[in-house]
Amino acid sequence: MLWTRKDLLGLEYLTPDELQLILDTAESFKEVSTREIKKVPALRGKTAVNLFYEPSTRTRVSFEVAAKRLSADVINIATETSSVRKGETLIDTGKNIQALKADIIIMRHNCSGAANILARSLDISVVNAGDGWHEHPTQALLDIFTLKEKLGKISGLNVAIVGDIAHSRVARSNIWGLTKLGAQVTLCAPEMLIPPGIEITGAKISNNIDEVLKNADAVNVLRMQFERDEGAAFPEQLDYFKKFGITEERLAKAKKDIVVMHPGPINRGIEMSSGVADGKNSVILEQVTNGIAVRMAVLFLVSQAKEAKG
Amino acid sequence: MSILIKNGRVVDPANKIDAVNIQAQAATIIDAAGKIVASGIIDIHVHLREPGREDKETVASATAAAAKGGVTTVLAMPNTHPAMDCEDNIKLLQGIIKKSALVNVLICGTLTKERLGQELSDIAALKKVGALAISDDGCSVDSDTLMLEAFKKAKQAGLLTVCHCEDKKLSGKGVMNLGFNSTRLGLRGISNESEYKRVSRDIELAAKCGAPVHIAHVSCRESVDIIAAAKKRGVKVTCETAPHYFALTDEDIVDYDTNMKINPPLRAKQDVAAIKAGLKNMVIDAIASDHAPHTENEKDIEFDRAEFGKIGLESGLAISIMELIEKKILSWQELVNVLAVNPAKILGIDKGTLSVGAQADLIVIDAGKEFILEKKSIVSKSKNSPFIGRRLKGLVEYTIYNGKVIYQG
Repeated sequence: MLWTRKDLLGLEYLTPDELQLILDTAESFKEVSTREIKKVPALRGKTAVNLFYEPSTRTRVSFEVAAKRLSADVINIATETSSVRKGETLIDTGKNIQALKADIIIMRHNCSGAANILARSLDISVVNAGDGWHEHPTQALLDIFTLKEKLGKISGLNVAIVGDIAHSRVARSNIWGLTKLGAQVTLCAPEMLIPPGIEITGAKISNNIDEVLKNADAVNVLRMQFERDEGAAFPEQLDYFKKFGITEERLAKAKKDIVVMHPGPINRGIEMSSGVADGKNSVILEQVTNGIAVRMAVLFLVSQAKEAKG
Repeated sequence: MSILIKNGRVVDPANKIDAVNIQAQAATIIDAAGKIVASGIIDIHVHLREPGREDKETVASATAAAAKGGVTTVLAMPNTHPAMDCEDNIKLLQGIIKKSALVNVLICGTLTKERLGQELSDIAALKKVGALAISDDGCSVDSDTLMLEAFKKAKQAGLLTVCHCEDKKLSGKGVMNLGFNSTRLGLRGISNESEYKRVSRDIELAAKCGAPVHIAHVSCRESVDIIAAAKKRGVKVTCETAPHYFALTDEDIVDYDTNMKINPPLRAKQDVAAIKAGLKNMVIDAIASDHAPHTENEKDIEFDRAEFGKIGLESGLAISIMELIEKKILSWQELVNVLAVNPAKILGIDKGTLSVGAQADLIVIDAGKEFILEKKSIVSKSKNSPFIGRRLKGLVEYTIYNGKVIYQG
C-alpha cells in the first residue's frame, strides 16, 4: 500500500493498514541502528525541525536521532529560545519555518489539537510529538512495535493500561492503535482518572489491578503526574501505589511472560516498584531503542507522501 | 414614503393571520409572490462590542449584519468596555446608537458594577436612563444573597433580569461539552450540571420575591426540564436558546474548529433533541443569536486559548428555517412566535406584530433560496461563524425598519 498522508496527527485517524505499514517500515529501519555506520541516505537534503513548546528530553532526542540516521538536517527550537515567547502565534511560527524551506515540523505542544491546527495551516509535514491530553502517536506506535516484537502479534492480545488515563495522550493513542489492530484494551485506574465515554472506543474499564493483571498479556504503566493542577480530583500518592502500583507481588500472580511497558520517565515507587522496572518482564529500555525505528518510519513515510503528491 | 408588499404569504401569529395579502395604494411596490412576509426578528441576545472593542464589531457593523439577517430590534448585552453599569455609560452607548444604528437597539444594563458580582449597580437609575433589562451576561452572580437582592431591586424598578447560568466552580477551565467527544479530543469538559444547577438556583431566587426572570442561552436538557417545571407551578420565567444549540452538537468539533468554541458549549444529541422539543412545546420562548464577534487573532489559535463565542445575526434565520421548519418541528406561525412575538413580550415592547398602525418592522423571506455561507459575504466585522462553507437555506430579501427598506438582498 501507499502512504498518502503528509502529517501524522494521531492514531485515531489511521486505518489498520496504515498502522501496519508504519510497523513494517519501522521493522526494516531497525537494523540501521545496529550497523557500524548508523546512517541511511533516505532523507538526505531534507530538513526536520523539532518545535517543542513543552519540555521533553526523550521524545525530542529520539526524533533527532531518528532524523539524523535518515541523514536529514535537524534543527531544534525550544520555546525558551525563540520568538514564540514574544507572542508570535502558532500558525505564524509554523509559516516562518515553512518559509525556511523546512520539510517536516515535529511538534510537542501543551494544547490539545495544536498539531491539527498547524497541519491544516501548512503545506509541509507535521508530526505530532504529543499535544495536550490528545495524542502521542509515535509513543503508542513504539509501544505497539515492542509488543509485537515480544509476543509476535497484536490481534487477540489483552493489553492493560494503568494510571492517569484522563490526562494521558499516551493512553489515548494506545487505545486507538491497539483497538484498530484487534487487541482488547482494559483501562485500570481510580474512577476519577477515567475520562467520560472512553468505553465507546471498545476499551473495558476496571479499578481492580489484580483482576486486570490476571488476564493481561501486557501492561502499559502510565506516568503519574501528581503535580497536576486539576483541583481535588486526584488520588493521594501513597494510596495510589497501594491500590494500583505494579509490584513484584502483584506480578507474581500475573501471566509468567507478561510484558511490562512504561513510556518514561518512571516514578519509581509510585507507578511501579524498582524491582519491576528493572525486572525480567520489563521492556522499558527496548521501547526506547524501538522508538528510533518507529520515528524513522514515520519521518520517512510522511516525507514520501509529500513527494508522491507533487 | 409608503411601501406595498403584495402577493406574499403574511405570517402574523399575533393577529392569527396566515394568508396571501391584501391590496392597497403605495409609492413602492414589492412583489412578494411565493415569499414569506413577517415581523422583523427581535434578537434579545447580541454583543455589539461597542464601546471598547470596535476591532471586533461596532454598532454600525452589527446593525448592518442584523438588517441582512432580518433582525430589526436587538437587545445589546452589557459586557462592553466600559460595562453598561451606570447612567453615564448607557448615555455614551445611546449616543453611538443615535449616530450609527441601522435597526432598533435596546440596552441591557448590568446587575453588578463592572459585572464583578460584588456590588449591585444602581438598578433604578439604569431603568430611568432607559435600560430594558439587566444582566451580568457572561458571568453569573455567585452569591445567593446578592442575587436575591438583585431580583428584589429589579422587581421594584420594573426591570427584567436576564441570567447567564453558569457555575464557574463547576465549568472551571472547560472549553467544550463534557463527554466522549471531549475525551476524544483531549479537551477539558464543561458539564451540563454547571448550567442547570444555576438555572435552578436563579429560578428559585426569582420565585422567592416574585420577580420575572429570563434564562439566557439554554443549551442542555436538564435546564429545559427545570424551566418547564417552574412554568407549570406559575413562576414568571422565560427563556431563550440559540440556533447553534439545535443545529450543532459537540460531535461537530471534529478538527478543533475554534468557531465551534462557544459558552455554554455545543452539547450532545440528547440535548439538541430536548431543545427542539422545548421549542415545540413552548417551554423555550425565544430564539436569540448570542451574536459574539471575535477577531481572527482571537480565534485562529489553539483551541484552549481561543475566545468563546460565534457570530449569528446573519445566519440565525436560515438555520432556524432549516432545522425547525424543514424538519417539521415548528410551523411558520410558531417560528415567528419565537423569533419576534415572544421576544417582544419578554421585553415588554410593542413590536413583533403586523397590526394596522404598528411600526412597520417587517421582513420578506425567500424561504426556499439556497446559498453557501461565504466568509467574504459576511457583513459583521468579525467572521467567526461555524457555518462558513455550509449550504444554507432561507434568505432575507427585504428588511424594512420603521417603514424604510434598510436591506435588500
